[in-house]
Amino acid sequence: MQDQPSAIELVEAVTEFLRNHAMPQLQGHAAFHARVAANALDIVKRELEIGPDATARELARLKTLLSKDGTMEELNRELCTKIEKGELTLDTPGLKDHLWETTLTKLAIDQPKYSGYRRALEESGRDE
Amino acid sequence: MGAEANPIAAPLAEVARKHIDGATGIAALKRLSGGASQEIWSFDATTSDGTVPLILRRAPGGVRDAGRSGTAVALETEAKLIQLAETVGVPVPPVRHVLTEEDGIGQGFVMDRIPGETLARKILRDDEFAEARPKLARQCGEILAKLHTVDKSTLPPLRVSTGSGEVEQYLQTYRQLDYPHPVFELAFRWLRDNAPPDTTELTLVHGDFRNGNLMIGPDGVRAVLDWEIAHVGDPMADLSWICINPWRFGNIDMPVGGFGTREDLFAGYEAAGGCKVDPARIKFWEVLGTLKWGVMCMGMASAFLQGDRSVERATIGRRSSETEVDLMRLLAPLK
Repeated sequence: MQDQPSAIELVEAVTEFLRNHAMPQLQGHAAFHARVAANALDIVKRELEIGPDATARELARLKTLLSKDGTMEELNRELCTKIEKGELTLDTPGLKDHLWETTLTKLAIDQPKYSGYRRALEESGRDE
Repeated sequence: MGAEANPIAAPLAEVARKHIDGATGIAALKRLSGGASQEIWSFDATTSDGTVPLILRRAPGGVRDAGRSGTAVALETEAKLIQLAETVGVPVPPVRHVLTEEDGIGQGFVMDRIPGETLARKILRDDEFAEARPKLARQCGEILAKLHTVDKSTLPPLRVSTGSGEVEQYLQTYRQLDYPHPVFELAFRWLRDNAPPDTTELTLVHGDFRNGNLMIGPDGVRAVLDWEIAHVGDPMADLSWICINPWRFGNIDMPVGGFGTREDLFAGYEAAGGCKVDPARIKFWEVLGTLKWGVMCMGMASAFLQGDRSVERATIGRRSSETEVDLMRLLAPLK
């Protein structure tokens, strides 16, 4: 267990520094890139918050779908091969749910404001 | 930097004197932000009674990079296509002069500078365009119908690209990038199973008809720009590309560029002489267009990992997931 502040809190502090202190003093390209950097740190923060549980759930789903053990990357590669060959399709029980769950998690981390994600959340009947 | 200090200023002034009626020289030469594949210069030809607003579109440093030429047409070809499009009534910036060797400033062409706006955020939100917005989708349909009627026998040599051919091309790129994306896999599989038949009638296709490449004024579409990836292909591809979600800039319920409906786009298209719109091919191209954008994002991630340490590139890499949610909504809708 690390001491305080947590990784999330550190990232928040750096993001705040970029947005509230660095950016107002920058112009043109440097200001633009500082904004992009702050957005990148927002992704890091959300991944620190959401990633661990979501990754564990994704791995569990992959093991069930493929009926085997392996690392996240191995199992995702195998899933790709099976989809390519048509051995797993949207009619295969669990595949559609797995892909939706995984995709919604990615967006919750990468770009929670994206219009397609907001609409998919409504369509899935979830709040967030 | 004054025009005098720019090495292309003097030769460009000579071009203006030779090819623009009454021109005595040039003024206000400046480089506009543009892609890596093109230099775009804005300048005015000065005449005794005023100025003529012009654009020079030139290969970087005057020479088009052969390494990029897989999809991009030569600038001379681009100029020719603009001229052909003009003859069938597509709004374009008239081409004034195609550079020749004796002009001494490389490959490119000079065209009229059409006033207006290309930035989607302004077009979709500013009051100035409020009256134009409801008309744009139908206009886009009408313009594409005309564009697709260009007589193929008059075309310069162009790449021919079918639906199945483009799927294989992007699949190859995706495989080379070598990172597992199960949703992309699903999309490739669906595209292979649903490709339009190779007997589909092909036409001239603009290839990048969307916000950003349309010069728009308060009166509507004034010019179709950037013909560099024009080719011979399925006309439905142009109708779909402008509808992919990234070009809606958040206005998800306005599928055509964030400003209009498919019904208006298709009605304009069919009324102006376009072929009957085929919903199955429209969907195929929308899935493929979305997937293309996703593969491009993967390419950004790959470039970053190979040493281009731009944070911007890195974050664009993380935008593949946006296209994944769009693909899932197209292929595995929740309702």
